[in-house]
Amino acid sequence: MITVNGESVQNADGMSVAEFLESHGYPKMMLAVEVDGRIVPRAAWGETVLKEGAVVEVVRFVGGG
Amino acid sequence: MNQDTWTLGGHTFHSRFILGSGKYDLNLIKASVEQGGAEIITLALRRVNTRPEENILDYIPEGVTLLPNTSGARNAEEAVRLARLAREMGCGDFVKVEIMHDSKYLLPDNYETVKATKILADEGFIVMPYMYPDLNAARDMVAAGAACIMPLASPIGSNKGLATKTFIQILIDEIDLPIIVDAGIGRPSQACEAMEMGAAAIMANTAIATAGDIPAMAGAFRKAIEAGRSAYLSGLGRVLDRGASASDPLTGFLHD
Repeated sequence: MITVNGESVQNADGMSVAEFLESHGYPKMMLAVEVDGRIVPRAAWGETVLKEGAVVEVVRFVGGG
Repeated sequence: MNQDTWTLGGHTFHSRFILGSGKYDLNLIKASVEQGGAEIITLALRRVNTRPEENILDYIPEGVTLLPNTSGARNAEEAVRLARLAREMGCGDFVKVEIMHDSKYLLPDNYETVKATKILADEGFIVMPYMYPDLNAARDMVAAGAACIMPLASPIGSNKGLATKTFIQILIDEIDLPIIVDAGIGRPSQACEAMEMGAAAIMANTAIATAGDIPAMAGAFRKAIEAGRSAYLSGLGRVLDRGASASDPLTGFLHD
Protein backbone atom coordinates (compact mmCIF):
# COMPACT_ATOMS: atom_id res chain seq x y z
CA MET A 1 0.00 0.00 0.00
CA ILE A 2 1.14 3.54 -0.72
CA THR A 3 -0.34 6.92 0.17
CA VAL A 4 -1.15 9.33 -2.65
CA ASN A 5 -2.36 12.84 -1.90
CA GLY A 6 -3.33 11.74 1.59
CA GLU A 7 -5.31 8.66 0.53
CA SER A 8 -4.37 4.99 0.70
CA VAL A 9 -3.85 3.27 -2.63
CA GLN A 10 -3.64 -0.53 -2.92
CA ASN A 11 -1.56 -2.54 -5.38
CA ALA A 12 0.55 0.36 -6.57
CA ASP A 13 3.81 -0.45 -4.83
CA GLY A 14 6.31 -1.83 -7.28
CA MET A 15 5.07 0.42 -10.07
CA SER A 16 7.16 3.23 -11.44
CA VAL A 17 5.84 6.75 -11.04
CA ALA A 18 5.07 6.80 -14.77
CA GLU A 19 3.16 3.51 -14.59
CA PHE A 20 1.22 4.65 -11.56
CA LEU A 21 0.12 7.93 -13.14
CA GLU A 22 -0.87 6.18 -16.35
CA SER A 23 -2.74 3.30 -14.73
CA HIS A 24 -4.63 5.53 -12.30
CA GLY A 25 -5.89 7.90 -14.93
CA TYR A 26 -4.11 11.04 -13.91
CA PRO A 27 -4.77 13.69 -16.52
CA LYS A 28 -1.84 14.20 -18.85
CA MET A 29 -1.19 17.78 -17.93
CA MET A 30 1.62 19.57 -16.30
CA LEU A 31 2.16 17.69 -13.06
CA ALA A 32 4.81 17.65 -10.41
CA VAL A 33 5.44 14.59 -8.28
CA GLU A 34 7.01 14.23 -4.89
CA VAL A 35 7.83 10.85 -3.32
CA ASP A 36 8.70 10.70 0.38
CA GLY A 37 9.30 14.42 0.45
CA ARG A 38 11.58 14.51 -2.58
CA ILE A 39 10.68 15.85 -5.99
CA VAL A 40 10.91 13.28 -8.76
CA PRO A 41 11.82 15.07 -12.00
CA ARG A 42 9.68 14.15 -14.97
CA ALA A 43 12.68 12.54 -16.65
CA ALA A 44 12.96 10.11 -13.73
CA TRP A 45 9.29 9.05 -13.60
CA GLY A 46 10.02 5.89 -15.59
CA GLU A 47 12.82 4.66 -13.38
CA THR A 48 11.51 5.69 -9.96
CA VAL A 49 9.76 2.74 -8.35
CA LEU A 50 7.16 3.27 -5.63
CA LYS A 51 8.04 1.20 -2.61
CA GLU A 52 5.62 -0.19 -0.04
CA GLY A 53 4.62 2.65 2.29
CA ALA A 54 5.68 5.42 -0.11
CA VAL A 55 4.07 8.79 0.45
CA VAL A 56 3.33 10.44 -2.89
CA GLU A 57 2.11 13.91 -3.74
CA VAL A 58 0.86 14.74 -7.21
CA VAL A 59 0.18 18.43 -7.79
CA ARG A 60 -0.83 20.74 -10.60
CA PHE A 61 -1.57 24.39 -11.17
CA VAL A 62 -5.01 25.82 -10.41
CA GLY A 63 -6.38 29.34 -10.41
CA GLY A 64 -5.08 31.48 -7.59
CA GLY A 65 -3.94 34.91 -6.53
CA MET B 1 5.43 51.54 -28.06
CA ASN B 2 5.46 51.99 -24.33
CA GLN B 3 9.08 52.58 -23.28
CA ASP B 4 8.29 52.77 -19.58
CA THR B 5 9.45 49.31 -18.62
CA TRP B 6 10.37 47.72 -15.33
CA THR B 7 12.41 44.66 -14.49
CA LEU B 8 12.02 41.78 -12.15
CA GLY B 9 14.81 39.26 -11.72
CA GLY B 10 16.35 40.30 -15.03
CA HIS B 11 13.05 40.06 -16.95
CA THR B 12 11.61 43.21 -18.48
CA PHE B 13 7.91 43.99 -18.41
CA HIS B 14 5.80 46.74 -19.95
CA SER B 15 2.54 46.04 -18.16
CA ARG B 16 2.26 47.02 -14.51
CA PHE B 17 -0.80 44.90 -13.90
CA ILE B 18 -0.32 41.43 -12.42
CA LEU B 19 -3.51 39.44 -12.76
CA GLY B 20 -4.69 36.72 -10.40
CA SER B 21 -6.48 33.69 -11.85
CA GLY B 22 -8.49 32.55 -8.84
CA LYS B 23 -12.22 32.51 -8.26
CA TYR B 24 -13.42 32.97 -11.82
CA ASP B 25 -14.23 30.93 -14.90
CA LEU B 26 -11.20 29.65 -16.78
CA ASN B 27 -12.93 30.69 -19.98
CA LEU B 28 -12.58 34.33 -18.94
CA ILE B 29 -8.84 34.23 -18.30
CA LYS B 30 -7.75 34.90 -21.87
CA ALA B 31 -10.07 37.86 -22.33
CA SER B 32 -9.06 39.24 -18.92
CA VAL B 33 -5.36 38.94 -19.71
CA GLU B 34 -5.92 40.64 -23.04
CA GLN B 35 -8.16 43.45 -21.81
CA GLY B 36 -6.01 43.95 -18.73
CA GLY B 37 -2.84 43.91 -20.80
CA ALA B 38 -1.32 41.66 -18.13
CA GLU B 39 2.07 40.06 -18.79
CA ILE B 40 2.17 38.15 -15.52
CA ILE B 41 -0.52 35.88 -14.10
CA THR B 42 -0.52 34.14 -10.73
CA LEU B 43 -1.36 30.50 -10.15
CA ALA B 44 -1.68 28.22 -7.13
CA LEU B 45 -0.51 24.65 -6.66
CA ARG B 46 -2.89 21.96 -5.43
CA ARG B 47 -3.20 18.19 -5.25
CA VAL B 48 -4.49 16.54 -8.40
CA ASN B 49 -7.31 14.10 -8.22
CA THR B 50 -7.69 11.48 -10.88
CA ARG B 51 -10.90 12.80 -12.38
CA PRO B 52 -10.26 14.34 -15.77
CA GLU B 53 -10.07 18.06 -15.24
CA GLU B 54 -9.37 21.14 -17.20
CA ASN B 55 -5.81 22.39 -17.32
CA ILE B 56 -5.63 26.07 -16.46
CA LEU B 57 -2.46 26.39 -18.52
CA ASP B 58 -4.51 25.75 -21.66
CA TYR B 59 -6.42 28.95 -20.95
CA ILE B 60 -3.45 31.26 -20.48
CA PRO B 61 -2.26 33.03 -23.63
CA GLU B 62 1.26 32.18 -24.78
CA GLY B 63 3.98 34.54 -23.70
CA VAL B 64 2.37 35.41 -20.37
CA THR B 65 4.75 34.88 -17.45
CA LEU B 66 3.45 32.38 -14.91
CA LEU B 67 3.84 33.36 -11.29
CA PRO B 68 3.16 30.41 -8.98
CA ASN B 69 2.30 31.31 -5.41
CA THR B 70 2.87 29.30 -2.25
CA SER B 71 -0.68 29.65 -0.97
CA GLY B 72 -1.52 27.02 1.58
CA ALA B 73 1.93 27.28 3.14
CA ARG B 74 1.82 27.89 6.89
CA ASN B 75 5.55 28.25 7.42
CA ALA B 76 8.79 28.73 5.49
CA GLU B 77 9.38 25.01 5.07
CA GLU B 78 6.02 24.44 3.39
CA ALA B 79 6.49 27.48 1.16
CA VAL B 80 9.89 26.23 0.01
CA ARG B 81 8.41 22.82 -0.75
CA LEU B 82 5.62 24.35 -2.84
CA ALA B 83 8.03 26.63 -4.68
CA ARG B 84 10.25 23.72 -5.61
CA LEU B 85 7.27 21.72 -6.87
CA ALA B 86 6.10 24.70 -8.90
CA ARG B 87 9.50 25.11 -10.50
CA GLU B 88 9.48 21.41 -11.35
CA MET B 89 6.51 22.15 -13.62
CA GLY B 90 8.94 23.95 -15.88
CA CYS B 91 7.34 27.35 -15.81
CA GLY B 92 10.37 29.35 -14.78
CA ASP B 93 11.92 30.67 -11.61
CA PHE B 94 9.32 33.16 -10.42
CA VAL B 95 7.57 32.52 -7.14
CA LYS B 96 5.28 34.63 -5.00
CA VAL B 97 5.95 33.63 -1.42
CA GLU B 98 2.75 33.71 0.57
CA ILE B 99 2.75 32.30 4.08
CA MET B 100 -0.18 32.52 6.45
CA HIS B 101 -1.51 30.59 9.37
CA ASP B 102 -4.29 32.91 10.43
CA SER B 103 -7.45 31.73 8.73
CA LYS B 104 -9.61 34.65 9.83
CA TYR B 105 -7.64 37.62 8.51
CA LEU B 106 -5.25 35.73 6.23
CA LEU B 107 -2.41 38.00 7.23
CA PRO B 108 1.04 37.04 5.96
CA ASP B 109 3.71 35.94 8.42
CA ASN B 110 6.60 38.29 7.67
CA TYR B 111 9.07 36.35 9.80
CA GLU B 112 8.51 33.03 8.03
CA THR B 113 8.40 34.86 4.69
CA VAL B 114 11.89 36.26 5.24
CA LYS B 115 13.17 32.76 6.00
CA ALA B 116 11.59 31.28 2.87
CA THR B 117 12.81 34.19 0.75
CA LYS B 118 16.39 33.55 1.83
CA ILE B 119 16.27 29.83 1.05
CA LEU B 120 14.56 30.28 -2.32
CA ALA B 121 16.70 33.21 -3.46
CA ASP B 122 19.79 31.14 -2.68
CA GLU B 123 18.35 28.40 -4.92
CA GLY B 124 18.01 30.83 -7.81
CA PHE B 125 14.33 31.64 -7.58
CA ILE B 126 13.05 35.12 -8.42
CA VAL B 127 11.35 35.64 -5.10
CA MET B 128 8.37 37.96 -4.75
CA PRO B 129 7.44 38.06 -1.07
CA TYR B 130 3.89 38.99 -0.11
CA MET B 131 4.02 40.77 3.22
CA TYR B 132 2.45 43.06 5.75
CA PRO B 133 3.95 46.49 4.98
CA ASP B 134 6.56 46.76 7.69
CA LEU B 135 9.78 48.60 6.81
CA ASN B 136 12.04 46.52 9.04
CA ALA B 137 10.73 43.25 7.66
CA ALA B 138 10.96 44.63 4.12
CA ARG B 139 14.64 45.42 4.70
CA ASP B 140 15.11 41.84 5.86
CA MET B 141 13.43 40.64 2.64
CA VAL B 142 15.87 42.75 0.61
CA ALA B 143 18.83 41.31 2.51
CA ALA B 144 17.41 37.81 1.98
CA GLY B 145 17.46 38.31 -1.79
CA ALA B 146 13.91 39.32 -2.69
CA ALA B 147 13.34 40.58 -6.24
CA CYS B 148 10.55 42.94 -5.17
CA ILE B 149 8.28 43.59 -2.21
CA MET B 150 4.55 42.89 -2.31
CA PRO B 151 2.85 44.73 0.53
CA LEU B 152 -0.84 44.24 1.18
CA ALA B 153 -3.22 47.18 0.83
CA SER B 154 -5.90 45.60 3.02
CA PRO B 155 -6.95 42.05 3.91
CA ILE B 156 -6.92 39.60 0.98
CA GLY B 157 -10.14 39.49 -0.95
CA SER B 158 -11.69 42.39 0.97
CA ASN B 159 -11.70 44.94 -1.87
CA LYS B 160 -11.23 47.59 0.83
CA GLY B 161 -8.45 49.49 -0.86
CA LEU B 162 -5.40 51.23 0.51
CA ALA B 163 -5.89 50.74 4.25
CA THR B 164 -2.10 50.60 4.71
CA LYS B 165 -1.38 53.58 2.45
CA THR B 166 1.01 55.40 4.78
CA PHE B 167 3.13 52.31 5.30
CA ILE B 168 3.22 51.38 1.64
CA GLN B 169 4.46 54.90 0.91
CA ILE B 170 7.28 54.36 3.39
CA LEU B 171 8.30 51.19 1.55
CA ILE B 172 8.19 52.99 -1.80
CA ASP B 173 10.37 55.78 -0.40
CA GLU B 174 12.88 53.60 1.41
CA ILE B 175 13.18 50.26 -0.42
CA ASP B 176 15.22 50.14 -3.59
CA LEU B 177 13.21 47.33 -5.20
CA PRO B 178 9.93 47.38 -7.12
CA ILE B 179 7.00 47.71 -4.72
CA ILE B 180 4.01 45.77 -6.03
CA VAL B 181 0.83 46.47 -4.14
CA ASP B 182 -0.95 43.16 -3.67
CA ALA B 183 -4.19 42.22 -1.91
CA GLY B 184 -7.13 44.35 -1.01
CA ILE B 185 -7.17 46.66 -4.02
CA GLY B 186 -10.86 46.68 -4.90
CA ARG B 187 -11.34 49.38 -7.50
CA PRO B 188 -9.45 50.90 -10.41
CA SER B 189 -9.30 54.24 -8.55
CA GLN B 190 -7.41 52.54 -5.70
CA ALA B 191 -4.98 50.94 -8.15
CA CYS B 192 -4.50 54.36 -9.73
CA GLU B 193 -3.80 55.94 -6.37
CA ALA B 194 -1.18 53.32 -5.50
CA MET B 195 0.51 53.95 -8.84
CA GLU B 196 0.44 57.71 -8.26
CA MET B 197 2.30 57.01 -5.02
CA GLY B 198 5.11 55.36 -6.98
CA ALA B 199 4.23 51.67 -6.80
CA ALA B 200 5.91 49.68 -9.58
CA ALA B 201 2.88 47.51 -10.26
CA ILE B 202 -0.47 46.32 -8.94
CA MET B 203 -1.56 42.75 -8.36
CA ALA B 204 -5.32 42.13 -8.28
CA ASN B 205 -7.54 39.08 -8.30
CA THR B 206 -10.71 39.45 -6.25
CA ALA B 207 -11.48 42.92 -7.58
CA ILE B 208 -11.62 41.40 -11.04
CA ALA B 209 -13.14 38.04 -10.08
CA THR B 210 -16.06 39.60 -8.21
CA ALA B 211 -16.83 42.25 -10.83
CA GLY B 212 -19.95 42.15 -12.96
CA ASP B 213 -18.05 41.97 -16.25
CA ILE B 214 -14.69 40.39 -15.47
CA PRO B 215 -12.68 41.12 -18.64
CA ALA B 216 -14.08 44.67 -18.77
CA MET B 217 -12.98 45.26 -15.18
CA ALA B 218 -9.51 43.99 -16.09
CA GLY B 219 -9.54 46.62 -18.83
CA ALA B 220 -10.60 49.30 -16.35
CA PHE B 221 -7.69 48.35 -14.10
CA ARG B 222 -5.28 48.58 -17.01
CA LYS B 223 -6.37 52.14 -17.75
CA ALA B 224 -6.28 53.16 -14.09
CA ILE B 225 -2.81 51.69 -13.59
CA GLU B 226 -1.53 53.44 -16.71
CA ALA B 227 -3.10 56.72 -15.59
CA GLY B 228 -1.58 56.45 -12.14
CA ARG B 229 1.81 55.62 -13.58
CA SER B 230 1.68 58.61 -15.96
CA ALA B 231 0.65 60.85 -13.07
CA TYR B 232 3.57 59.60 -10.98
CA LEU B 233 6.03 60.18 -13.82
CA SER B 234 4.56 63.63 -14.47
CA GLY B 235 4.97 64.72 -10.87
CA LEU B 236 1.74 65.44 -9.06
CA GLY B 237 0.73 69.05 -8.51
CA ARG B 238 1.18 70.46 -5.04
CA VAL B 239 -1.52 70.64 -2.39
CA LEU B 240 -2.15 73.93 -0.60
CA ASP B 241 -2.14 73.86 3.17
CA ARG B 242 -4.84 76.51 3.28
CA GLY B 243 -6.50 79.13 1.11
CA ALA B 244 -6.95 78.98 -2.64
CA SER B 245 -5.03 79.79 -5.81
CA ALA B 246 -6.87 81.11 -8.86
CA SER B 247 -6.32 79.31 -12.13
CA ASP B 248 -7.39 82.37 -14.10
CA PRO B 249 -5.56 85.68 -14.67
CA LEU B 250 -6.07 88.13 -11.82
CA THR B 251 -6.11 91.18 -14.13
CA GLY B 252 -8.40 92.52 -16.85
CA PHE B 253 -11.67 91.98 -15.02
CA LEU B 254 -14.75 93.66 -16.57
CA HIS B 255 -15.24 95.69 -13.39
CA ASP B 256 -11.70 97.15 -13.43
